[in-house]
Amino acid sequence: MDLAAIWFWIVGFLFVGYFILDGFDFGVGMALPFIGKTDTDRRVLINTIGPVWDLNETWVIVAGASLFAAFPEWYATIFSGFYLALLVILLALIARGVSFEYRHQGHGANWTRWFDWMIVVGSAVPALLWGVAFANIVQGLDMDASFNYMGTFWDLLNPYSLLGGLTTLTLFFYHGLVFLTRKTVGEIRERARALAMKVGVVVAVLAIAFLAWTVLAHFSVLGLVLALVAVLAFVGSYVANLLHRDGLAFGLGALTVAAAVGALFGSLFPNLLPNTDDPAFTMTIHNGSSTDYTLTVMLWAALCILPLVLLYQGWTFWVFRKRIRRSAITGNAADDAADHAIEAERGRAVPAELSAAHSGAHTA
Amino acid sequence: MDGILDPLILARWQFGLTTLYHFLFVPLTLGMVLAVAIWQTAWVRTGKLKYLQLTRFFGKLFLINFAMGIVTGIVQEFQFGMNWSEYSRFVGDIFGAPLAFEGLIAFFLEATMIGLWIFGWDKLPPKLHLLTIWGTMAGTWISAYFILAANAFMQNPVGYELNHATGRAELVDILAVLTNPVALAQMPHTIAASVMFGAGIIAGVAAWHLKRGRNEEIMRPALKYGLVSMILGGIGVIFSGDQLGLVMVATQPMKMAAAEALYNTATGADASFSLFTWGTPDGTHELWSIRVPYLLSFLSTHTMDGTVEGINDLQAQYTALYGPGDYAPIIWVTYWSFRWMMLFGFVSIAVAIVGLWVTRKGATTKPWMWNVAIWTSFFPLLGILIGWIFTEMGRQPWIVFSLLKTEAAVSPNVGGLSVLISLLAFTLIYGALAVVEFKLLLKAAQSDPQEFTATDDAIGQGDGEVADTAGADRRATPDRLTVEASVY
Repeated sequence: MDLAAIWFWIVGFLFVGYFILDGFDFGVGMALPFIGKTDTDRRVLINTIGPVWDLNETWVIVAGASLFAAFPEWYATIFSGFYLALLVILLALIARGVSFEYRHQGHGANWTRWFDWMIVVGSAVPALLWGVAFANIVQGLDMDASFNYMGTFWDLLNPYSLLGGLTTLTLFFYHGLVFLTRKTVGEIRERARALAMKVGVVVAVLAIAFLAWTVLAHFSVLGLVLALVAVLAFVGSYVANLLHRDGLAFGLGALTVAAAVGALFGSLFPNLLPNTDDPAFTMTIHNGSSTDYTLTVMLWAALCILPLVLLYQGWTFWVFRKRIRRSAITGNAADDAADHAIEAERGRAVPAELSAAHSGAHTA
Repeated sequence: MDGILDPLILARWQFGLTTLYHFLFVPLTLGMVLAVAIWQTAWVRTGKLKYLQLTRFFGKLFLINFAMGIVTGIVQEFQFGMNWSEYSRFVGDIFGAPLAFEGLIAFFLEATMIGLWIFGWDKLPPKLHLLTIWGTMAGTWISAYFILAANAFMQNPVGYELNHATGRAELVDILAVLTNPVALAQMPHTIAASVMFGAGIIAGVAAWHLKRGRNEEIMRPALKYGLVSMILGGIGVIFSGDQLGLVMVATQPMKMAAAEALYNTATGADASFSLFTWGTPDGTHELWSIRVPYLLSFLSTHTMDGTVEGINDLQAQYTALYGPGDYAPIIWVTYWSFRWMMLFGFVSIAVAIVGLWVTRKGATTKPWMWNVAIWTSFFPLLGILIGWIFTEMGRQPWIVFSLLKTEAAVSPNVGGLSVLISLLAFTLIYGALAVVEFKLLLKAAQSDPQEFTATDDAIGQGDGEVADTAGADRRATPDRLTVEASVY
């Protein structure tokens, strides 16, 4: 296997990581107006991703930097070609990121509502546009001999790419809702589950259409296999959600995202950007990559560092594995009463120290 | 292309604006994280509650600032490709590697550790939790090194070969890139200047409280830390700046000549350093100036009889080497930015030295003295920003010195209208966020430090640990005190 191919898959891995991780952040952000009926509930939702959204978002920085280092031509063409789309993504990510930090700084209900909407829009817009961007990459661009994109912003909004965008939008929404069932209790957990079942139907239709279009128009064996894995994993996730197996549903949802993004990369390989104007000037992993020396140096760095990164990030997720309860926001154990009643009704155990606090508050 | 829709001019303005804006937050992060880590270490080691209060109080300022640093940082990485695609194609083989290292080694560490630090107060044992703030600091400082190594390549390209078939620069020696003498001098210069800015804010906030006689037992140590670290940081800035000057003369003599507006090559006493010049608007004719003989010679070569090359000679040399063109940066920008940078630095150090004297034990402090500390607290930041303007504008007309001109680096397929839209969008959103950010920082800085009162069962109940209830030296056992983690 040559270095450029290895790096193609490392970049693919980094984007898969990004979409799995920030994917559920986007979903949680979009869920705010649907699941978070009160301010406390919305804070519960935001705090499920509070400690990790930043590290999740860092995956796109690392993926982008690796893209730049390993495939400068790819980076230069995509980033200059998708100029306005990326501008909108950047503005959305800025709005979302600062809103997490600013919304709770307390300046009344209007202040909070304003930042809540920035989180919703700042989550939905990138979720949509990343799908549009990757679908356009798979489909190819109209480029000149120096790989400069010759089309306009509006050319990027074509049926295939819009379908791709709606697929990622709904898939990330579903992924975030399932994440919430794993991270919350009682009312919020059941609301998230019920909505996930509805959104899941839309995801199924869009994702199957988009993956089928991808496989038919840009056939590769790997793309086909991964598309099938994505569909099967999604069905598994949906059923697991139905059976209240939160962890399994989330794991299979993550696998769906991974396989779907993998299918796009599989359909693309060994090209980086097909040229829709003149196939002779298609950008491949070989005419778009850095030199072998650079790729070797970077490969060593990635091999040494990435396992460590996965280790300490995995540990971080373990540290913050507990479900977020309303009492964690309000500091009042009585606020968990309704949730714990629902949990008990479903036959799910509530941790001893929490149920004790609850019954104490209840009798008082 | 011309007029307001010239993509080159707009892209340069956008890069300058977004980079300086990003750098409003970076130095405070780099400088403040050190102070917070030191105080938290003191808390875990001594159990003195005042250190916990300092950690939490300045940690809050640090965090408000941190989020902005991150989100504005993404813009930086994206816009190399968005606005400077020809540059990205030309240097990607070299320039991308330090960026990728930065992401892999530093950003991941920093982003993970900061989450653990903010939300882990009540979930991790105190010593492990302490490690997360040092991990955050390692991440931020390492990232500074890699991005400076990337910038150093633009100032002084090393470790590369030109591939004449593709017309691209290609990496041949990664160690040379990572040990670029410019990077090795810029790193301590940047870190020390950031320590100064952190120190300035800490001392300024402390002065605001002390002026009102509030929170004496917390803000006295904060003031002392601020003033002392300002002086130490200042010494670091002076020595590393001197080193950076020598490297600059060796690698970019035009920048040094432009810094002094030295048109004709000068030796010894003639190589004087002007503190102030009054000249014709285009800067080529001097009417009046205050000069220190020999100083430029000393700054440039560390000898009294050194020769400093002038702009005219260098222009002739470069024309012979690189073909016809104007190889001098905008002289009034480099000349004045060089001076203002140093002025803000020296004033900050002077304020700190005088500040230590007027706040010594037993001295009485007048309100205006506190005001001086408050109003000069952001001087190091001004010095830092102006320093970047100097180093980046001084490199012009090159984007990569001697290899690629800025005008040839811009994306050829991004129209002026697109860049104008993005420039306006960034200006508006950055402007709005600056207002919010400043208000929040001010509010946090003027609030009282969180109290950890004797109702905590950890206080005075440690095994044999007797609580000293007398004010400043109250203690608790870190293992037993529950410190609430932040909640969004």
